[in-house]
Amino acid sequence: MPQIAQLAETYSSQIFWLLVIFGFVFFVIGRGMVPKVMDTVGLRDKQIADDLAAAQAARDAADEQEEAWRKRENENRAAAHALVSEAKAKAAASSEKKLAKVQAAIDTQAAEAEARINSARTKAEGEIQSVAAEAAQDIVSRLAGIEVDKAAASVAVKKAMANG
Amino acid sequence: MAGETAKVDPMHQFTIEPMFGSEGWELAGFNIAFTNSAMWMLIAAVALWAFMLGGMKRELVPGRWQMMVETFTGFIDDLLEANIGKAGKKYVPYIFSLFMFILFANLLGLVPLPLAMVGLHAFTFTSHFTITGVLAIMTFAIVLIVGFWKHGFHFFSLFVPHGTPVPMIPIIFVIELISFLFRPFSLGLRLFVAMMAGHVLLEVLASFVIDSANAGIGWGLAIGGPSFILMLAICALEILVAGIQAYVFALLASLYINDAENLH
Repeated sequence: MPQIAQLAETYSSQIFWLLVIFGFVFFVIGRGMVPKVMDTVGLRDKQIADDLAAAQAARDAADEQEEAWRKRENENRAAAHALVSEAKAKAAASSEKKLAKVQAAIDTQAAEAEARINSARTKAEGEIQSVAAEAAQDIVSRLAGIEVDKAAASVAVKKAMANG
Repeated sequence: MAGETAKVDPMHQFTIEPMFGSEGWELAGFNIAFTNSAMWMLIAAVALWAFMLGGMKRELVPGRWQMMVETFTGFIDDLLEANIGKAGKKYVPYIFSLFMFILFANLLGLVPLPLAMVGLHAFTFTSHFTITGVLAIMTFAIVLIVGFWKHGFHFFSLFVPHGTPVPMIPIIFVIELISFLFRPFSLGLRLFVAMMAGHVLLEVLASFVIDSANAGIGWGLAIGGPSFILMLAICALEILVAGIQAYVFALLASLYINDAENLH
C-alpha cells in the first residue's frame, strides 16, 4: 500500500503541494471567481424581480386609469342626463306659461263679450218698455179717448211686464 | 507463461513518483518533490479554473457553460443556506473550492489515459490519506476556530445535548467529545477509502481480464468476458461515487460548520 509505505518520504511534498494548489483554488477560484459568478446570478434574479415589479406596477397604473376613466365617463353621462332633463323641464314650464297667458286673454275677451251682450239686452229691454208705454198711451187714447200721461202708462206697462 | 505476465499489482497505481527530476527539491529540510500527485492536483486546479472561466462571461442570459457554472455555485449556495442559514453565505468560497477540487480530482483520476503503456496514467490524489487528511484537518480547524471565536467556552455546550439529565452530563460530555474529535478522521478516511477501493477493484478486475486472456481463449471468454462487463458497470458506479464522495465531504463539512455557527 504505497499510501503507507511511502508515507515517510512523501508526506511533506504531498502536504506542501496540496497547500499551494488548494490555496490557489481557494483564493483565486473560491474567493475570486465564485463571488463574481454569484453576483451575476444575484443581479439576474434582481433584474427579473424588478421587471416583474415594474410590470405589476404598470398593470396597477392601467387599472387605476381605467377606473378613473370609467368614473369620469359616468360623471359625464350623469351631467348630460341632468342637462337634458333640465332643458325638458324648462321647455315644459315655458309652454305652460304661454298657454296660461293665452287662456287668460281668451277668458277676458269672453267676459267682455258677455258683458256687452248683457248691456245690449238691458238696453233692448228698456226700449221695449218705452215703446210698450207709448203704444199703451196710443191704444188707450184711441179706444177710450182718455189722455194718459206718460208716467202712468209706463207704471202700468211695468206692472204688466212684471206680472208676465 | 502465466507466472511471467500475472504481475499486475493493483496497488501500483497509488505509487508516488517525483517528476522532472525534482526528487531533490527541499524546503526548510523537508522534501517537496514535484510528484505525479502534485501534477494531478495542478491539472485538477487548472481544469477547475478553466471550467470557472467559462462562467465568468457574466451575461444576463447565460449560455450553456455559464449556466453549468452557475448551477454548481447555486448548488453549494443552497447547500449552505439549507444547513447553516444566512450565516452560511460566507463559507461558500471554501466549501465550493473543497467540493469542486475533490470532484475534479475524483473524476480526472478515473480518466483512462491511452498512454498507460508508457507509464503515464491518471493519478487519483484523493486516494491518499495525506491529502484527504489535510483537507479534513483544514475543515476541522475552521470548525474549531469559528466555534471558539463565536461562542468562546460556551462552545463546549455542543457536547451536552438539550435535555440531558444532570447525572448523565459527565459521561455524555466525554462521549460527545470523542465523537466530535473523530470527525476529521471519518471525514478524511471516508473519501480516501472510497476512492482507493474503487480503483483497486477496477485494477483487480482488469488483471482478471488480462490473466485469463493470457491463459487461453476459453479462459478469456469464461472469466475475462464477465469481468470486463463488470468493469464497465463499476466504472459507471465509480463516476457516481466520485460525485457522491465530493458531495458527502462538502455536506459533512457544512454540517460541522453549522455546529460551530449555531451550536445546537
